[in-house]
Amino acid sequence: MAVLVYTENWDGRFKKSTYELVSYAKAISDMMETTVVALSIGPVEDKELEKLGDYGVDKIIKISDDLYSVLDNQVYTRVIADVAENEDANVILLSHNNTGKALAPRLSVRLKAGLVTAVIKVPSSVEPFTVCKKVFSGKGFVHLVVLSEKKVLTLSKNSFELVEKKTKPGIEEYSPDFTLGDFKTRVEKVDKQTGKLILTDAELVVSGGRGMKSPDNWGPIEELADLLGAATACSRPVSDEGWRPHEEHTGQTGKVIAPNLYIAVGISGAIQHLAGISSSKCIVAINTDPDAPIFEAADYGIVGDAHKVLPELITAVKEYKSEN
Amino acid sequence: MKIIVCLGNVPDTTTKIKFTDDNKKFDSDGVQWVINPWDELALTRAMELKEDSNNSVNEITVITVGTLGTEPTIRKALAIGADNAVRIDAEPIDSYFVAFQLAEYLKNEEEDYIVFAGIESSDYNGSAVGSMLAEFLNLSSISAVSSLEMQGDQIKIFREIDGGHEVVSMSAPFVTVVQKGIAIDPRIPAMRGIMMARKKPLNVVAAVECAPLTEMLSFELPQPKPPCKMIDADNAKELIDLLQNEAKIL
Ligand SMILES: Cc1cc2nc3c(=O)[nH]c(=O)nc-3n(C[C@H](O)[C@H](O)[C@H](O)COP(=O)(O)OP(=O)(O)OC[C@H]3O[C@@H](n4cnc5c(N)ncnc54)[C@H](O)[C@@H]3O)c2cc1C
Repeated sequence: MAVLVYTENWDGRFKKSTYELVSYAKAISDMMETTVVALSIGPVEDKELEKLGDYGVDKIIKISDDLYSVLDNQVYTRVIADVAENEDANVILLSHNNTGKALAPRLSVRLKAGLVTAVIKVPSSVEPFTVCKKVFSGKGFVHLVVLSEKKVLTLSKNSFELVEKKTKPGIEEYSPDFTLGDFKTRVEKVDKQTGKLILTDAELVVSGGRGMKSPDNWGPIEELADLLGAATACSRPVSDEGWRPHEEHTGQTGKVIAPNLYIAVGISGAIQHLAGISSSKCIVAINTDPDAPIFEAADYGIVGDAHKVLPELITAVKEYKSEN
Repeated sequence: MKIIVCLGNVPDTTTKIKFTDDNKKFDSDGVQWVINPWDELALTRAMELKEDSNNSVNEITVITVGTLGTEPTIRKALAIGADNAVRIDAEPIDSYFVAFQLAEYLKNEEEDYIVFAGIESSDYNGSAVGSMLAEFLNLSSISAVSSLEMQGDQIKIFREIDGGHEVVSMSAPFVTVVQKGIAIDPRIPAMRGIMMARKKPLNVVAAVECAPLTEMLSFELPQPKPPCKMIDADNAKELIDLLQNEAKIL
């Protein structure tokens, strides 16, 4: 028996969410009294792989063949399922991100393993295997039992703390036998924003809504975000209007994020918006309307005009930064 | 070519969520049911593709696994413009069960087709059915799709990756799991569409035996949040102070 964790990499690097997932895998393997096996696909240097040993991985399987640098969901599913069988893994874990969402359901079918996506805690019991996730876009929680012998889970970002546990995992190369012809997904072009903090990775987020009135008023939002090292986000009407890029749209139909700090400026706090941000550890609202629903979701609030409050906040952050 | 849109029937997004039966069941009393928001966008995009004479989409089928109670939602999809509908008559127990039913129905499909499924359903937030269906049918799947364009038989798909997107080319049949961006404003049925929808075929088929792999035990509501601490607009500095010393974020 083992817990298999798929450790995705981005240009050869792991992210904090990778280590969260590994820590989570370790916690489950302790409950089940078994080991953690990590699977890495794509070119990742051993030095980077060894970092997984900071969080309790017992064994690392790597596939470094360039052939696997394109994400073909069908091929990846077969590869991960084969490794799961070779390693006799009963629990397979992925991050609840674009890749995890694409692969976990396929794995569930291939392995006939019950799937629970976006889990937020360690199982309350492993026998029966009982996990908790959010439902109704954050308006409730459900406790589920996975009935099958094998299980596939995806873990929500920022829901499990990193737990250091030094191990010295061995690294094994694995060569699945697929050929180029098996890859039906042909990627013609990759467009990546460079140098910009990615919203879903950000620990701090400054977000603007329709209350900002015009795309020309975003200067202070960007300045505040820059000073804090935060990413920028927005409400749906703002991205629908083309005031801000679609990648910034947060909410039920946009990105669901869980940063440590979410500052909502000129956002009313509609239920669909809250669905994307309510897992933030701390929410700050700035709004002219004292009755705006955002204040019910917020931890700290300022009733006031964004155009006056933001410059003052910027000054305060500058002072704070010069003092610290 | 045919586009098959998977349709979820979910509570309106503004629904106040309640549970009954000792928190074992979702309380559907007084709930307004709608097409799952992403599926509505998927259907909208399917319509746009069919209307564009540069490509070969000639039919849109919506398909759902649900009991009789889902028919108003299906009729709405027909009123928006789907040509026909399939309802597999069963309570959707879990994603695996739903995807299995869809696959059992679609495995006999002969014409070339593309399946559109939404990235998640706004009730149980599973993010699973579309990709599961692809695995059952042994088809390719592209997930996190924010745009799909067709030129004749050439299909170009934008797939979101962290911090950007990839442009992927595909040929039918395959499954796309779509999200924000696939269409901007969902279409609303017009009077004429509503009249026509009554006459469009809604094919009810029996479900096939399949054991679910998960079971929901109980629900819980989130803890009420402590009241928001208000800070005077003239004292923005205090906020920074609180974030630093009370919330310990900065
Ligand atoms: C199916 C469905 C899905 C949806 N999905 C999403 C989603 O994913 N994300 C999302 O955001 N929305 C979503 N919506 C839309 C949502 O219902 C709201 O319409 C939207 O969130 C409102 O955006 P807003 O807060 O920016 O604008 P508004 O509601 O117009 O609020 C603007 C706020 O700014 C305040 N304001 C005005 N002037 C100032 C000023 N000078 N200084 C400070 N404050 C000021 C106002 O008091 C007001 O509270 C969805 C809707 C539906 C039906």
